[in-house]
Amino acid sequence: MKQMKWKELPHAGTILEAGNADSYKTGSWRSFKPRWIQENCIQCLFCWIYCPDTAVFVKDEKMTGFDYDHCKGCGVCAMECPGKKGNKAIVMEEEGK
Amino acid sequence: MGVTATKTVAVTGNQAVAEAFRQLNPDVMPAYPITPSTGIMESFTKFVSDGKVDTETILVESEHSAMSACIGASAGGGRVATATSAQGMALMWEMLHIASGYRLPILMALVNRALSAPLNIHGDHSDGMTMRDCGWIQLFSENAQEAYDNTIMAYRIAEHKDVRLPIAVNLDGFIISHSIESMHFMTDEDVKKFVGEYKAIDPLLDIDNPKSIGALVLPDYYMEHKRAQHEAMMNVKKVVLDVSADFAKLTGRQYGLFESYRLEDAEVAIVALNSAAGTIKDEVDRYRERGVRAGLLKPRIFRPFPYEEVGAALRNAKAICVMDRADSFGGYGPLYLEIASAVNPYRGPVLFNKIYGLGGRDLMPHDVDQVIDETIEVAKTGKVKVIKEYITVRN
Repeated sequence: MKQMKWKELPHAGTILEAGNADSYKTGSWRSFKPRWIQENCIQCLFCWIYCPDTAVFVKDEKMTGFDYDHCKGCGVCAMECPGKKGNKAIVMEEEGK
Repeated sequence: MGVTATKTVAVTGNQAVAEAFRQLNPDVMPAYPITPSTGIMESFTKFVSDGKVDTETILVESEHSAMSACIGASAGGGRVATATSAQGMALMWEMLHIASGYRLPILMALVNRALSAPLNIHGDHSDGMTMRDCGWIQLFSENAQEAYDNTIMAYRIAEHKDVRLPIAVNLDGFIISHSIESMHFMTDEDVKKFVGEYKAIDPLLDIDNPKSIGALVLPDYYMEHKRAQHEAMMNVKKVVLDVSADFAKLTGRQYGLFESYRLEDAEVAIVALNSAAGTIKDEVDRYRERGVRAGLLKPRIFRPFPYEEVGAALRNAKAICVMDRADSFGGYGPLYLEIASAVNPYRGPVLFNKIYGLGGRDLMPHDVDQVIDETIEVAKTGKVKVIKEYITVRN
């Protein structure tokens, strides 16, 4: 993407295009990656509620996976996940392993 | 368009600023009163209770919150004002940079007071000087009339499309804020017409056009944002002159970037901000009567500083004494540094610096005489004994 010169910036640097954070990929910041274990998932959607980004995909009121372009690997979803009978549906795994 | 005749009133500096605020009728006024600026909010909240203004006042829990609320209200699209002093401004300090970075034309009356410690509630410029690098336009006022006039002109300057920056009107705590002076108010109609309607750029409350402000900016863009902010500041001088010319047409009162008092042929020049200028003018007159070519330069805008214009106005002086009512410990006084930068290209007059009047210490006519006498001596010899020295202090 060509970078703007100072005269080309919008007034006060205001972002006039709503939701354009979607096109700014931040997934590379991650050192740990959430892995979804579908058989342990009870679809409580705690992960979706607690995600500080919007990196949990939900379709028809069901969790369907992670948006790895934006997930920063904070692990809040894995921490909050109640799992099924003590077995977590989200586990954090080190990237590059 | 002629000058509207107005009657003379006797008010304190705080009442004068509050009256200007009433006539400007801001949308939102978040504030946390602090001495010596308290009188402004005291008078203004009475206007609110009496239904004289449409302003929503927000009485917050700290000055940090006051400036945060100013930023929110201004980003929302409102015309916003506040008033504070010293520690209050210091607590706002973090948010002051955000107000200017967001390019929000917020108006602050800063009733100048010494910063603690030692705890002191009286007037000096240590608060105003710590605002120097916050990206705000800074106007200084010698008396209640100038504080009122600067406040009336402030929104026109801050909201100009080439500027859009926050603005602070400085006046000396107690010496001006609490002294009763005779002065003139404009009529409400004249103020309303002069100030005009405010149209915010990209207000957040325009909910049909969602937008974000305050996003993270990393090294690839931060410089560009700051360069654009610098440009806005560089446009201020012209806007101040244009607005002041319009103001003069309406009131007959003339303002520039600074005031020159008997400076044209002055061999010894004094430079000082705010109320001390009144005392200095009297002493300049006395020295003129004795045949000494003395003069005064009183800056009106401190940020942006009009280096070229001030430098040109001082170029014929043989010696200049810059009087600072604030100190940069371990450095020269803050006003001295500006004047040094302004006269440096001419390499002409010998320049030296006095720190005076901290914590509201009186500057007496004989103190000014001591300064003028020393400046005469320096003009003769071309030699300065001590560049920066405290006066009005017990040695």
